[in-house]
Amino acid sequence: MYQFNVYRIGPEIKLGAVDISFTNASLFMVISSLAILIIFNLGAKKKTLIPDKLQLLSELSYSFVAKMISDTAGSKAKPYFSFIFSLFMFVLFCNMFGMIPYAFTVTSHIIVTFVLAAFIFIGVTIIGFMKHGLGYLKLFVPSGVPIVLLPLIVVIEIISYLSRPISLSVRLFANMMAGHTMMKVFGGFVISLGIVGGWLPLSFSVALTGLEILVAFLQAYVFAILTCIYLNDALNLHH
Amino acid sequence: MLKKIVILLFVTCFACFNTVFAAESGGMPQLNPEFWISQIFWLIITFGTLFIILTKVILPKISDNLETRKSQILENIETADKQKEESQKKIDEYEKIILDSKLKAKSYFNEAREKILDDINKKRTALEKDLDEEISEVEKELSDLKNKSGEKINKIAAETSAELIKELIGEEVNSSSIAAIVEDQSKIIRERKDV
Repeated sequence: MYQFNVYRIGPEIKLGAVDISFTNASLFMVISSLAILIIFNLGAKKKTLIPDKLQLLSELSYSFVAKMISDTAGSKAKPYFSFIFSLFMFVLFCNMFGMIPYAFTVTSHIIVTFVLAAFIFIGVTIIGFMKHGLGYLKLFVPSGVPIVLLPLIVVIEIISYLSRPISLSVRLFANMMAGHTMMKVFGGFVISLGIVGGWLPLSFSVALTGLEILVAFLQAYVFAILTCIYLNDALNLHH
Repeated sequence: MLKKIVILLFVTCFACFNTVFAAESGGMPQLNPEFWISQIFWLIITFGTLFIILTKVILPKISDNLETRKSQILENIETADKQKEESQKKIDEYEKIILDSKLKAKSYFNEAREKILDDINKKRTALEKDLDEEISEVEKELSDLKNKSGEKINKIAAETSAELIKELIGEEVNSSSIAAIVEDQSKIIRERKDV
């Protein structure tokens, strides 16, 4: 599991008692953010009627995310477009950079995904209470449920609501970690079976790489679309 | 045989797992809280910067691009429609002009034909008239000549016969009697001819 190790790069930085040193995880966060900024800045720079490749890429991703938001959360979610766009791009680029051999996968660390998910959870809850006041609590009381079942349903709803950040963060973290671990295991098989039997796990490894790239995209998409769904719950209260 | 292969495969797999994970201990590095604060700190910094720059600088540009493209395309479609209409109008006009000119050409042609036919008829009638006149004149002359020629021939015949008789006999014969004979002869000849 060496690939998931976090280690310090450069000197130890301390803010009071806490260690905020620059690590390989920080390095890949910076690289991902810079890559996003560079690609999209180049894509947005030229204003031609017929876009070139980078412009097309940035405009397609823009309309992709815009469509995703309007499909799941409606037109009220437009002010949150830039946040969801940054979130999707950040997770996607972190996942994709993790696919490069010897690179560090930022999203394979539970703390990173949990902070993102917790931020989304808290933000969505605040938005919900700001929009609907205490009426937001109606989210836990679905309409059309018999009164006898209501206490049970409310408890289940509250538990499911509170487990949202956990499920959201664990889904991304576990998917990324499992994929990389599986690749590592098959890579280990290639070494231990040697030149005689190593071909089979090697071909598996190749196939898994394709699968992992798919998963990297899919998990970023799932992360973003679940954020949209939570946002939809907060904006349009109908259960 | 198959069983043996399966068992062998399991054993090798187990051995592989052992060798792969033998060197690693201490559980998942993800659960080691040593760098948690650092990761959170850098996540907030990088994601915050990314979010702010995307929101303030890049996304407005992209949406601006998309909007201008949309409006420009709509505008272009509008102008294209307008131009299409105009060209349709021009085509209609052109066709009308062509039709008009065709009709005009036809009428000109007809007029010219009628004129020419008229002219021809006039000239023909005039010519026929002239011809008729001339023919009648000539016929008159001919009939005159015909009428006169009989008398003349008779006269000449009478004179020549009188001279011939004079030569033959040596004396003058009454010219009137000769003329009467010639008249009789010519009458007989004419009758023969007629028959």
